[in-house]
Amino acid sequence: MMNIETIAKATHVNDCLECGKCTANCPISRFTDAYSPRLNVGRFIQGYAEELLQDERLWDCLTCGMCNVRCPADVKYTEFMKRIRLEAFQNGREATCSHGGAIQSLMRIMTSPTMNQNRLEWVPKEFTYSDKGELVYFVGCLPYFDAFFTDLEVNTLDTAKSVLKILNHLDITPVLLKNERCCGHDLLWSGDLENFKKLAKHNITEINKSGAKRVLFSCAEGYRTFKLDYPGYVDGFDIDVVHISEFMAEHISSNGLKLNRFDRRVTYQDPCRLGRHMNIYDPPREVMNSIPGLELVEMRKNRNTAVCCGTSAWMNCNLTSKQIQAYRLKSAKTTGADLLVTTCPKCYIHFKCAQKDENISDQIGIDIQDLTVLTASVL
Amino acid sequence: MTEKKTTAKKKTAKKTEKQKFVPKIVAFACNWCSYAGADNAGVNRIQYSPHFRVIRTMCSGRVKPAFVLKAFEMGADGVLVSGCHFGDCHYIFGNYRAVELFEKTKKLVHLLGLEDERLRLEWVSAAEGIRWAELINEFVDQITRLGPSPLSENGKKS
Ligand code: SF4
Ligand code: SF4
Ligand code: SF4
Ligand code: FES
Repeated sequence: MMNIETIAKATHVNDCLECGKCTANCPISRFTDAYSPRLNVGRFIQGYAEELLQDERLWDCLTCGMCNVRCPADVKYTEFMKRIRLEAFQNGREATCSHGGAIQSLMRIMTSPTMNQNRLEWVPKEFTYSDKGELVYFVGCLPYFDAFFTDLEVNTLDTAKSVLKILNHLDITPVLLKNERCCGHDLLWSGDLENFKKLAKHNITEINKSGAKRVLFSCAEGYRTFKLDYPGYVDGFDIDVVHISEFMAEHISSNGLKLNRFDRRVTYQDPCRLGRHMNIYDPPREVMNSIPGLELVEMRKNRNTAVCCGTSAWMNCNLTSKQIQAYRLKSAKTTGADLLVTTCPKCYIHFKCAQKDENISDQIGIDIQDLTVLTASVL
Repeated sequence: MTEKKTTAKKKTAKKTEKQKFVPKIVAFACNWCSYAGADNAGVNRIQYSPHFRVIRTMCSGRVKPAFVLKAFEMGADGVLVSGCHFGDCHYIFGNYRAVELFEKTKKLVHLLGLEDERLRLEWVSAAEGIRWAELINEFVDQITRLGPSPLSENGKKS
């Protein structure tokens, strides 16, 4: 049975003022009235929690955190969603998985203790890496996404190659883990706590085996998950976690890393996991601003008001997701930039997917690149 | 060479275990050809290995990577995807689509560290009951030689 008291205490839902600011700012509610965070909080505190668990729309929330930022009563809606979904999942409820559940299967398969992956075949010969050392570069699901999303023309492994290029350029030989697993972010946010914990434990073991004390991420979600959720849900995690944008900004400001010219006007998508979840807004901008010739222009909604990329955890991708993506791409285009930079492989994938809509390609067509790919191209 | 020696050694140790191993194979068969082919094998009372479960799809082009991955997630030791011969697909281009999807699936299965031989794509027509039976026998042998999937402990549904 769900512990309503504990959930309420941890998420402050009882403090809700019914002001509706969350719904007014929610990207989902913007395009459909079938979903409202205020209503969901209301249902929960007025005794309809069970009904909420049955709601299909429960899985629509992007847990993007826009509502958290706006709420005057400090209701932690994303945490609320996470906890409610753990309950719903235990009651046998599940989201509608995008792509037939292929990615969920990949994640669950990775909970196997006996697997022996071929996940390092992408590494170009000219780059060096090791299996023991100080710093682990956590590649995450990039090899899988690269193989899976071929028809979207996304090459997520370019990100991994770029990170390796940047590290080697700085004379750093990172550890790449042959049997690293998915970080478990998506399973956690879709309620599958048991498998999330399994993945976390495997990852911790693999990292400990390498002897590293620091883990570097090129994805926003892995970073958040390692930094906030691993210590919260599993024991024995005592490792420094750093995002590639922080890492590069640090090298630019204190170690004199110089980047070459890049004469283009670019705009930046704050991924919800990196921005609102982790408060990392400046490092990516510092990196871009240090590139001579690059002109960074902001979208009207940026930093903690940035609009999320429209799909989360490969769940409930639907018309609303497409509308959010088109809306965001339009704002990117209206800045006059011809390149949209992001720091999350999923923003990249979902936006590229939205751009398949040829009817509006004149409004949403803009190049998209990961910050690491951009940086590696001007080393 | 060395590989052979070690497998020989392992064999004695694992012999009892190996003998007991009954492979779990999932076979996706399209409604119009392969499923009818399997039916044909049955109607003709051909005796062949029972260690597979058929899942009928309307067309081999329906077999997305998700289907195959789900089978492996649930503990399958091998997966067969089969459809009509080229030119015979009921939906004209379905089996060409199947090839594209299969290529993608193969890459993912390879990344997961499963042997490439655990996954097969074959064309079987409605008249080829004998070929269906032979194919299943051959695939069952192949999987038996490979042994259980390294993921099969994972079989219990999460
Ligand atoms: S987390 Fe984002 S998607 Fe979910 S209710 Fe809040 S604003 Fe809406
Ligand atoms: S913004 Fe906060 S206080 Fe206002 S309705 Fe939403 S949860 Fe309640
Ligand atoms: S937006 Fe993302 S989740 Fe939705 S179909 Fe495209 S790639 Fe899949
Ligand atoms: S119907 Fe048999 S492959 Fe399409």
